Amino acid sequence: MSSALLYAAAGVALFLIGLHALVWQRHLVRKIIAVNVMGSGASLLLVALGHAGPGATDPVPQAMVITGIVVAVSATGLALSLTLRLARASGQVELPRPRGDDR
Amino acid sequence: MKRRMRLRRNASRLLHLGLVLLLVGAGIALCLLIASLPRGAGLAPAVAAAVPASGVESELTAVLLSFRGYDTLLEMTVLTAALAGVWSLGPAPRLRVSLPGAVLLGMNRTLLPVVILISGYLLWAGGARAGGAFQAGAVLAAAGVLLLLAGATVPDRLRGPPVRAVVIIGLAAYLAVALGVMRDGRRFLEYPATGAGVLMLAIEAACALSIAAILAGMLAGGRPGES
Repeated sequence: MSSALLYAAAGVALFLIGLHALVWQRHLVRKIIAVNVMGSGASLLLVALGHAGPGATDPVPQAMVITGIVVAVSATGLALSLTLRLARASGQVELPRPRGDDR
Repeated sequence: MKRRMRLRRNASRLLHLGLVLLLVGAGIALCLLIASLPRGAGLAPAVAAAVPASGVESELTAVLLSFRGYDTLLEMTVLTAALAGVWSLGPAPRLRVSLPGAVLLGMNRTLLPVVILISGYLLWAGGARAGGAFQAGAVLAAAGVLLLLAGATVPDRLRGPPVRAVVIIGLAAYLAVALGVMRDGRRFLEYPATGAGVLMLAIEAACALSIAAILAGMLAGGRPGES
């Protein structure tokens, strides 16, 4: 039971690491990867909570995660296609850098 | 001027520090919240009680196709819409300029029949154990990816309507079944007591084909066969 909580905490950590990268990184591909890391964290959290209770594993969160994975894959594919298109049209894959920023 | 740059840099660092602190705080709060959640049996007993009436033996398949069938229907819609989005961006670029190597071609010849077999097995197994439309579709999509990497393109006579038909067949079959069962006075997606398993298998077979076509089409990165 406590191991399920550990997995849930790892899911929260993954989600927040992804959120950090989504806010802070300027490269669009990194942002897309960040959203995927966030999604993985949310999936891990859901599955872990499905295991946390007494008795049998709850199949409903697992079904939701399967659905979520497929939706995430298709959204990622669309996002990458848009990024490729943007790169070809403008030669830019990064959001503009604020002046005086040393990142 | 230099001084202003340094000020900006410091402001940026402060902002980053604030972001990290905010996220760490949110993480601690979320973990405490999760630890304090009531730990019941969840929906497991309800699912276990309803599975015998669903027409399939696998709990996961029963949840996906029957109890939460609406989610899965919308998921197919999202997949189809995402591919429509990719197609709207333009024709597919050439993934391969040179001829594929003998190793890749030989591997494809050996793997592709096996992949199709595995995909069919996964589809069938979904009724009773791990497996189902999405697993079968993902494996089949891998076959499509191998073909694309070997430089395969959609042949001329299959361009247009045949390709679109494969992409749409999953959503179309799902909607047809969901609406078809309403004829006998049932609600949307409410399968009849007998034959639910067959209906679900038919939906899953159509969805597996569409999922494979959609995922492979995403890698192709545009409308087939126009470049």
